[in-house]
Amino acid sequence: MKPTDISSPDYFHKVVDCQWACPTHTPVPEYIRMIAAGRYSDAYMVNWKSNVFPGILGRTCDRPCEPACRRGRVEKEPVAICRLKRVAADYKNDIRERLPSIPKQKNGKRVALVGAGPASLTVARDLAPLGYHIVIYDGDPYAGGMMRSQIPKFRLPDTVLDEEVGYILGMGIETRFGERVESIKALLSAKGKSAYDAIFVGCGAPRGRDLDVPGRKEAAGNIHLGIDWLASVSFGHTTRIGKRVLVLGGGNTAMDCCRSAKRLGGEDVRVVVRSGFEEMKASPWEKEDAAHEGIPIFNYMVPKSVTHENGHVTGMMFEKVRAEYDEKRRRSLIPTGEPDVYMECDDILVAVGQENAFPWIEHDVGIEFDRWGLPVLDPATLQSTVANVFFGGDAAFGPKNIIWAVAHGHAAAISIDKLCHGEDVRERPAPFWNLMSQKMGIHEWSYDNQVSLDERYRVPIKDNKVSLKDIRIEVENGYDPALALAEAERCLNCDVQTVFSSKLCIECDACVDICPMDCITFTREGDENDLRGRLNAPANNASQDLYVSGVLKTGRIMVKDEDVCLHCSLCAERCPTGAWDMQKFLLQMTDAGPACRSRSKELTTS
Amino acid sequence: MTYLAKPKLHHPSLPVNRLGYTRRDYEGTVSTLCAGCGHDSISAAIVQACFELDVAPHRLAKLSGIGCSSKTPTYFLGNSHGFNSVHGRMPSVLTGANLANRDLIYLGVSGDGDSASIGFGQFAHSVRRGVDMVYIVENNGVYGLTKGQFSATADRGSKSKRGVTNMDAAIDMVSIALQMGATYVARSFSGDKAQLAPLIKGAIRHRGAAFIDVISPCVAFNNHPGSTKSYDYVREHNEAVNFLDVMIGRGPITTEYAPGELREVVQHDGSVLRLRKLREDYDPGNRIIAMNMLQERAAKGEIVTGLLYVDPQPVDLHAHLNTVETPLNQLGERELIPGREILEHLNSSLR
Repeated sequence: MKPTDISSPDYFHKVVDCQWACPTHTPVPEYIRMIAAGRYSDAYMVNWKSNVFPGILGRTCDRPCEPACRRGRVEKEPVAICRLKRVAADYKNDIRERLPSIPKQKNGKRVALVGAGPASLTVARDLAPLGYHIVIYDGDPYAGGMMRSQIPKFRLPDTVLDEEVGYILGMGIETRFGERVESIKALLSAKGKSAYDAIFVGCGAPRGRDLDVPGRKEAAGNIHLGIDWLASVSFGHTTRIGKRVLVLGGGNTAMDCCRSAKRLGGEDVRVVVRSGFEEMKASPWEKEDAAHEGIPIFNYMVPKSVTHENGHVTGMMFEKVRAEYDEKRRRSLIPTGEPDVYMECDDILVAVGQENAFPWIEHDVGIEFDRWGLPVLDPATLQSTVANVFFGGDAAFGPKNIIWAVAHGHAAAISIDKLCHGEDVRERPAPFWNLMSQKMGIHEWSYDNQVSLDERYRVPIKDNKVSLKDIRIEVENGYDPALALAEAERCLNCDVQTVFSSKLCIECDACVDICPMDCITFTREGDENDLRGRLNAPANNASQDLYVSGVLKTGRIMVKDEDVCLHCSLCAERCPTGAWDMQKFLLQMTDAGPACRSRSKELTTS
Repeated sequence: MTYLAKPKLHHPSLPVNRLGYTRRDYEGTVSTLCAGCGHDSISAAIVQACFELDVAPHRLAKLSGIGCSSKTPTYFLGNSHGFNSVHGRMPSVLTGANLANRDLIYLGVSGDGDSASIGFGQFAHSVRRGVDMVYIVENNGVYGLTKGQFSATADRGSKSKRGVTNMDAAIDMVSIALQMGATYVARSFSGDKAQLAPLIKGAIRHRGAAFIDVISPCVAFNNHPGSTKSYDYVREHNEAVNFLDVMIGRGPITTEYAPGELREVVQHDGSVLRLRKLREDYDPGNRIIAMNMLQERAAKGEIVTGLLYVDPQPVDLHAHLNTVETPLNQLGERELIPGREILEHLNSSLR
């Protein structure tokens, strides 16, 4: 196996599992240490730079970082990264002075953003400080997109949303809210001063998938599409629902629907899903939250028909199924032959998926769509088949989540900035990164290397009696500073890397003996599969790299399995020659601006 | 050293032994020796050996004297009995403990200062009496705690860190142990746990005086050019005569060492020492040959390591003295204080 190349950032970036898994590559351990130190505003700004909506994401993120977290492989559960992010937002000071200043002198470039959701707002935030004139369109009267219309207030209060959306709208953005874009041709063909140099489409996946069963049309008055119903609840148009409610679907929208229904008069609220409980698309914690509010989930039941009387729903018939998998692990649902199940209800919420819809994009403007109705895009640049039209968020690759929308926003902003500077948008900027020793003394480091043995702390919540009463009462109270500190201490500081220097090593075995996780082995060379099988502890997690040194004096090599390293620094403390050192790896993605451009080109005149 | 305790967390696939313990359960508190000290590797080898032999921690007593090496029992087997004795007096305390309770495993840990200078006589006598023990000398050739003066095992002609040449003859602990009649004699190197841990296992299963001399470089004072106990010097001059694998019962041969003639030695307790010969002309069953060869090789500047001599049927001190089988703490008052009548009978038999 070749010695590990640590001169490119990817190797150590991958060791920081949370940051690697995050679509926006937020430096998670960096801000968690700031939270532990009580530097909430600093922690907030690290987040804000990277993911734009720390307070919102700290409540609603899909948290790809947490399943990736090394802590989850070392003991039972990952660090509560998401809820720590919320702590930074909750306890920060006024950070408005730290926001980038907006140049009075604009750069003469105009960018239209269609839809005021997280993707568009991210583009606006990245481009407005560079002097771009940004115009945001949205059919709704407020900014926020699905963050406002689909996420219930008991998970995300308006105050949090208004604050973080406000930071961006305060950057001198021209807003055209309540103004639905009906034709992209109109935007593309605007002339003179109102012409746009680039258009970003961040209009989401606005169409809820419907149910096609007998009785659907006849009882339409009591059957609601989940995302439309949630929007109607969010904007206060809907305030009541029947006593018995069936929610169809197993995703996060279904979870938001059932919990909302419970707060609007639903007494017997049930979720019914086609799949098994485990395969449901909803995040495990959202299922837990629904269960905690007394909402049962019935699985392996396929909707068969709606029963109705005088145009009102009376109930639904379901067929019981079981899952079977073929050799390619493709699932099919096979009827079990058991009698159908009938459930009485007054209202039905259909949350069985969302679809993209671009009725306002004319077919003859040159924007190509694939057979699933999604735009044909370069996944790195998000550029469509029309050079100055970009897509992001759910509008780009179908429904994902907020953090992906933010990542798309950053990428699209870079593309737009490069396009406006006459550069090739396919040349992507390298991230900024550095690696710095954390050594302060013989056995002192500039990070807290003592590994906490605490298990994950639960986030305090309000009693059901309080939280089910009013849909605008936030269920979670969030960690208080003491709990936040304890939870932050669970972070293993995976960004503080064990950097090995083979020239200094005298092969005394001190690091091997002290390592609590048996990560380090000195052994003869071999290929990766061979090495993985004969280390001091088996290295069975192939997704985690082996750190391999060059040949040492005895002809052996050092092999470190990164999988369960605690980053406790004991190898470095026991090393007599400093061959091991703990060095902080800090990586920040390059945003739109001078740093993302390959040449210092003047703006091209259009 | 480190201020931190080693985190309790361990590798998810860490195996357990027959007693349900992991290797980590055989550790002690975190070492306060200098970073890179060879002694820490010996501690790790002891931990590994005891884990692999399923030693019940409360059935082992570790004893030591004074010195860097004698601090190490704190760093392994944290749940075993321990006694940190006076400088050089570990062998006497161990002998006494062994006489009182022969059921425990006795692990004496000492250094070249503790055993080759102040405790030289104690060392020699405990070996010649055949006390059933594992006697490990962590041999670095210097007095580390007093900043690196030559010890009695430093080779003539070797240089100190400050450039002074040692003019005194060296005591070879292995030769002395052989001469004094130790029945299990080995030498190893702290930097080679694959060799060391099985040697410790074999010694623990040996029912007699087992002696292991472990060259253990002192990174602070004796790991420089000119030293004959540095990592580099020992690696360059290491002449392993065999490789040992200790089997409890006969199992398949698993060690993947260079081919060579395999020799099995069945010890008194049924454990099998499987020796892979690395040198054709070496016979660990012959004390005279062993002693000759050691002298020959030492004259060439080579450090002979491996299991140098073993007598599979040793006779220990208890047999010499014909002592009672039962540990004294399990005897009742009647046996311990048999009364005047018995005393008189005994006295009269000696007149």
